[in-house]
Amino acid sequence: MTAPDILLDVHHLTMRFGGLVAVDDLSFQARRGQITAIIGPNGAGKTTVFNCITGFYRPTEGMIRLVHPDGAEFLLERLFDFRIAEKARVNRTFQNIRLFPGMTVLENLLIAQHNALMRASGYTLFGLFGLPVYTNAERAAVDKARHWLDRMGLLDRADDAAGGLPYGAQRRLEIARALCADPVLLCLDEPAAGLNPRESNELSGLLQEIASDDGVSILLIEHHMHVVMEISHHIVVLDYGQKIADGTPDAIRNDPRVIAAYLGVEEEEVDTVIEGAAP
Amino acid sequence: MPAGAAREKLKAAGLDIFGALKDAGIAAFVAFGLFSLIIGLRTEQGITGQLILLPRPELLFVLVALVFAGRFVIALFFRSGLAHAGRTIISPDLRKKLDYVGSFMGVFLLLFALAIPFLFYSNRYLLDLSILVLTYVMLGWGLNIVVGLAGLLDLGYVAFYAVGAYSYALLAQNFGWSFWLCLPVAGILAAFWGILLGFPVLRLRGDYLAIVTLAFGEIIRLVLLNWQDFTGGPNGISGIPRPSFFGIPFTADETGFAARFGLEFDPSHRVVFLFYLILALALLTNFVTLRLRRLPVGRAWEAMREDEIACRSLGINTTNTKLTAFAIGAMFGGFAGGFFATRQGFISPESFVFMESAMIVAIVVLGGMGSQIGVAVAAVVMVGGFELFREFEQFRMLIFGLAMVAIMVWRPRGLVAHRAPSIFLRQKKEIPPEALEEVQR
Repeated sequence: MTAPDILLDVHHLTMRFGGLVAVDDLSFQARRGQITAIIGPNGAGKTTVFNCITGFYRPTEGMIRLVHPDGAEFLLERLFDFRIAEKARVNRTFQNIRLFPGMTVLENLLIAQHNALMRASGYTLFGLFGLPVYTNAERAAVDKARHWLDRMGLLDRADDAAGGLPYGAQRRLEIARALCADPVLLCLDEPAAGLNPRESNELSGLLQEIASDDGVSILLIEHHMHVVMEISHHIVVLDYGQKIADGTPDAIRNDPRVIAAYLGVEEEEVDTVIEGAAP
Repeated sequence: MPAGAAREKLKAAGLDIFGALKDAGIAAFVAFGLFSLIIGLRTEQGITGQLILLPRPELLFVLVALVFAGRFVIALFFRSGLAHAGRTIISPDLRKKLDYVGSFMGVFLLLFALAIPFLFYSNRYLLDLSILVLTYVMLGWGLNIVVGLAGLLDLGYVAFYAVGAYSYALLAQNFGWSFWLCLPVAGILAAFWGILLGFPVLRLRGDYLAIVTLAFGEIIRLVLLNWQDFTGGPNGISGIPRPSFFGIPFTADETGFAARFGLEFDPSHRVVFLFYLILALALLTNFVTLRLRRLPVGRAWEAMREDEIACRSLGINTTNTKLTAFAIGAMFGGFAGGFFATRQGFISPESFVFMESAMIVAIVVLGGMGSQIGVAVAAVVMVGGFELFREFEQFRMLIFGLAMVAIMVWRPRGLVAHRAPSIFLRQKKEIPPEALEEVQR
């Protein structure tokens, strides 16, 4: 029924908080190996969509289906948050960075591999006696951490406290940590927020590499339009919890509804703006 | 104005006399307010039992004067000096040397602990005190898993100590099980209760968790107090079998320990054995904790203390992780309880009051949450220091409180505030307290 390269299928997602409708009947799809961006003005419900996908909120209505490359299907609205990370392999970063500040950079990345290491340590039993099963697994985990630190340019800071890193490095570390969990879908909540132009350019390149070379599909919330337009394959625009546009960056750039939402057109003028652009 | 000019001159030299005088005056006033009733008046019982108040103005004056002078000196020299020198009082060079000495601290303390029975063989009081201190070291290390590593404030830890002690006492008395069988069972039962109590409360966080664990501690104590048929109620359980040296009792007859090993009978043998027993148990706690810290489960505990939501986003089941911390902490509390029961030979609910929980939490917090050596030092200071000031009787609580306030002011994260990383790529770097500070919610 659905195209083979559909990874995430959000179907009629609605999230209500009491009388407030944060997300209203939202449907969109994200394809495998692509970068899908969700944009919209402040308070449009972008982060709420993320929280529904990653299980931090339970949606009021709707279905969120994730299909792995091997064909396994997960209905995310039915899973606990940590199950989504563990089984469905959807990992995320946070708008206001959530690292483990008192632990080293390397420790942060090993915690991301907790479930694999836990199994290797025989749920602590083998590890307690230092059996090679565990020590080998730990070495492999450190190698994976080293790989991602190298990619993120953080290798020199591996033994420093995560909380002591500069802001931009903390952002990259959070992404590296999510990647260490081997995600199928990586959800990034404003990864370029607070970065300077040079840093955000580097980030753009990095995200493109991750999507194309490493085959990790990315779902992105971002306010920096040049980042979004440069790297996204597909953009979903939200306003007041509703989808107002959905398409390629070029289509979105010229969509009169999007322009209206972003530039703020008077209520009665909206229709005229749209009609003017329609033919 | 000449006075103003003189003042400016002094200020330029780093001495603000007027400011210091004002500061000392305020301190003296506060001290007067505090001490006027506590120390300024002495209560006596008269012949007919009436209350007689004896004023002690001289003592009050001396104390207030001391506060004034002390505060003046601090405000004048240290405060202004500190402001100029920044925060580094110890030069980096000296600091490095101190760190080097500090790295041998653990080994030194261990060797000293091993030598205690030889050094103080004839001093029964000191031996008993050492055993008491080591019991608290073990309890501190056990609670350190829950509070220090996993960041779950547990104010009812003594409940597991009680479960361990009663399990040991009842099993040993009713079934005649040997010490080495009872001890693990006491630990396992305590862990079981840890899980049982943990399940409903671990959804809670921070202050709420603290209150509920406090309530559980009291519930267990009240059950022990009121379940007469099973626990003996307020009378407790007496005549708990004393430990034997792997089956050889410490008695004076020819089947006893002394006769078997060709020694002269001495009641100290048992005390020395108990000392090494609790030392071994405490070291086991320490070893397991250090080992677990380097395993995924231990790292998950610490990660949970730092940020629970981030943990969940990485696929860590925080409920299970909390339960393991709770259960393992409770297990060591149970071991310590079993040891307590066999050492005392008598237990009653009075030994497991909230004050004990507070003491253990204080040891962990003063020592530095998560630091093994800090907790050990804090236990020695808290329990040993408390005994040391026995001569001062009613003043010792006062001294004790002052010491605690002082430590919390100068070292808010405890005696050992640094955190040693569990793994490193190239170079092991201690994590400074500043990085950890952000964790405080």
